[in-house]
Amino acid sequence: MNSEILFFLLSGMIVIFSILTVTSRRILRAAVYLLFVLVSTAGLYFMLNYNFLAAVQLTVYAGGIIVLIIFSILLTSHISERAQMAGKFQGLMSALAVIAGATLTLITILNFSFPGKSGIESPSDVKAIGRALVSYNENGYALPFEVVSILLLAAMIGAIIVARKENLAVKNTKK
Amino acid sequence: MIDYTYTLLIPLIPFVVFLFTGLAGHKMKPMTSGLIGTTGLFAVTILSYLTAIRYFWTDHVEGAGYSSLKAFEIQWLHLTEKLTINLGVLLDPISVMMLVVVSTVSFMVHIYSLGYMKGDTGFARFYAFLSLFTFAMLGLVLATNIFQMYIFWELVGVSSFLLIGFYYEKPSAVAASKKAFIVTRFADLGFLIGILMLSFMTDTFDFQTLVSPTGPAMAQAGGAAFLGLSGITWALIFVFMGGAGKSAMFPLHIWLPDAMEGPTPVSALIHAATMVVAGVYLVARLFPVYSMVAPDALHVVAWVGGISSLFAAIIACTQTDIKRVLAYSTMSQIGYMMLALGVSGYGGHDGLGFMAGNFHLFTHAMFKALLFLGAGAIIHAVHSNDMRDMGGLRKYLPITHITFLIACLTIAGLPPLSGFFSKDEILVAAFHSNMPLFIIEFAVAGLTAFYMFRLYYSIFWGKDTHYHHTPHEAPATMTIPLLILAFGAVFSGFLPFHELVTSDGLPFEAHIEYAVAIPSVLIGILGIVIATLMYRKVSTSPAKLANGFGSFYTWAYHKFYMDEVYLFMTKKVIFNYISRPVAWFDRHIVDGFMNLIAHVIERSAYLIKGFQSGRIQQYGYVFVSGTIVLVIIFVYLW
Amino acid sequence: MTGTIPLQYFLIISTLMFFTGIYGFLTRKNLITMLMSIELILNSVNINFVAFNRYLYPDNLHGHFFSLIVIAVAAAEAAVAIAIIINIYRNFRSIDVDKVDEMKF
Repeated sequence: MNSEILFFLLSGMIVIFSILTVTSRRILRAAVYLLFVLVSTAGLYFMLNYNFLAAVQLTVYAGGIIVLIIFSILLTSHISERAQMAGKFQGLMSALAVIAGATLTLITILNFSFPGKSGIESPSDVKAIGRALVSYNENGYALPFEVVSILLLAAMIGAIIVARKENLAVKNTKK
Repeated sequence: MIDYTYTLLIPLIPFVVFLFTGLAGHKMKPMTSGLIGTTGLFAVTILSYLTAIRYFWTDHVEGAGYSSLKAFEIQWLHLTEKLTINLGVLLDPISVMMLVVVSTVSFMVHIYSLGYMKGDTGFARFYAFLSLFTFAMLGLVLATNIFQMYIFWELVGVSSFLLIGFYYEKPSAVAASKKAFIVTRFADLGFLIGILMLSFMTDTFDFQTLVSPTGPAMAQAGGAAFLGLSGITWALIFVFMGGAGKSAMFPLHIWLPDAMEGPTPVSALIHAATMVVAGVYLVARLFPVYSMVAPDALHVVAWVGGISSLFAAIIACTQTDIKRVLAYSTMSQIGYMMLALGVSGYGGHDGLGFMAGNFHLFTHAMFKALLFLGAGAIIHAVHSNDMRDMGGLRKYLPITHITFLIACLTIAGLPPLSGFFSKDEILVAAFHSNMPLFIIEFAVAGLTAFYMFRLYYSIFWGKDTHYHHTPHEAPATMTIPLLILAFGAVFSGFLPFHELVTSDGLPFEAHIEYAVAIPSVLIGILGIVIATLMYRKVSTSPAKLANGFGSFYTWAYHKFYMDEVYLFMTKKVIFNYISRPVAWFDRHIVDGFMNLIAHVIERSAYLIKGFQSGRIQQYGYVFVSGTIVLVIIFVYLW
Repeated sequence: MTGTIPLQYFLIISTLMFFTGIYGFLTRKNLITMLMSIELILNSVNINFVAFNRYLYPDNLHGHFFSLIVIAVAAAEAAVAIAIIINIYRNFRSIDVDKVDEMKF
């Protein structure tokens, strides 16, 4: 019973804060609402017994991305600034499309009979995950791991280049 | 076969000289480049004479006739299996004869120019162009196929253009060079069409194949007719159009008098002795084809030649610029040569006209070059082209006077000078085949004597003009070529042309026909006598005579308004009625069609450009709703 | 811990989150809030992966690792996107998506 209460609590938070995130006119608040959504999602991961993933969710999302977003908000707008929303027509059309999409998806989900569990549960503790990440056998993830590392490196360099103050193009035209 | 490969050097030496003096000419003293050019030409002349002697005499088997032989040939362009273009050296009687003519006159002009052009700022450039011209002309003469000939034909056109416009500061020289280039280029269009038609019908460019009596050209005799003439006849008429342009035949002659804007040695070399006879050479080169399969084309050649010679002789009687008189005289004499070829038959004594035309080409080169170089010496002394500024010059220019007189007597056709023999042969040939043309030529012979002696007396006798400074005889570099050419003019008539240069390569008997020779000499003397009476002393008779002819004189003085006719044709008729509508069509129909397409595309692009709004949310909306619609269709409705 | 909660519940949560994100993406004018909407979308996908992994294939960790990689990609994406946004702000003095339409037509 406890787990159900917890689940409904978390999912309620997720839905409410999601909607607040996309409707709040204050950007900084929207960011904080997003933080709540992400933390609640981490709670769902805990419930599913994926502790490592939940920890990563907390550190990377809540600790990294949200901080980054807040920094950029502070760089580009005033705290008191009210965000512009789309026009009524655009909002209405978007809402219609979204509601149609959601309805469609929900009908599909509720009508589909999922198969039951298969096999025994594999361990998901940090030791098992670490081993899987660097092994290259059937259940190993060495290659995705390396690719993601390179992606992160490239993103880091790219972000630095793009956000750098002196513009290379401007420099070239001055020559 | 005897080895003549060294003849390859004959065109190559001037080419190397051209490259050298043209590229490095401004680095050395002017006289050095002149001497280099002259030395190169000296070597060419030696080689040419050696070739001529070997070809005609030492290597020749007695009684065998002269055949054509390829001294050298390489494939130059390989376009398809059937279409290849060669370059090479072809030796046969007419090309060897032309070798002698070109190298002699060119060599003389090179020596002469050392004196004439001395101190001119473009001295090195002048010699470079002379070498280019000599190279091109020798290449043309030695061409083994008609396409090679065409290439060098254009090259002589270019060098002629460069040399006419040599004094490019003078607007008249620039205009004259443009005129010469455009008119001859227009004629060359006909030549090219002729070449293409000819090679299309015969599958070959090669001269030896073309003129062979069993070759493919001969099989075309009765081919498809157009306007009553067979295809090959049209091809040959088009080829002749190119020749007529280069040889300044009526009505494509208008460039030649203007071309006298160039330096006088150039006029002697290009516009008297060598390039302008290229048309004659071209017809002679293809003569067997003309003669055997296209006699109609040959008639065209004959009549164009006859009309040109009469037309030019009449104009020459009225001009006062001494170089223009000589230019029209040249045109008249080339008309003679064309006529001789045109009335000729093939083989044996029938080929008298062919022999006579080439013979006259040879002697004419000598005496006309002499006349031009003499005129150059006179201009050098008097600094004027106009014979009205001259008179009584015989005291000041003794050597020029004597050589000029010899040349005048030669062109008037007095025996035993060379002009007599060659002109007499032409008249005989015309007499036997075409009486109207004979009468024209007979009259032209008298006119020629008249206008030449009019020129002679106006320059050397007549009134005692007072000059600003005493005219003096030209330096030795200029008089020596005069003397050498005078020697050639006197004695070249004794060459046995009827044994050497004949239509079929076999010698035939030629003798002086007194029934023709005596009247022609008499009419020449008559012309001289009239000229003597009118121009030896200052008199009013020329003016009276001019008045007697009335408007005809005015017409002739204005060259029968040919230039005006051309201007009218081009400016009023062609520009207004052809170019304008074509331009209009191009601007409104062709461009309009393109503009219409562009307009339609622009309009439709304007209509759909709203899709490309640049608003990412609009794209996102379309994407999302599109996905939903697709899911509905494929998951639920399918 | 999840004994009585059916799989569908997770999927419903994820669906609602996903379409909320899309709604945000379509209606917000501010580039940063649009980025936040994208984070919502990514997160909803992660929930799906994890729930499928736990409920249908508990014998391996494929969904789990997929989520892990998506988180990494989301981090990279956020970094680059924010760099771009800052650059845009420098050039246009605004991060309003409607003002950044130089590429149209």
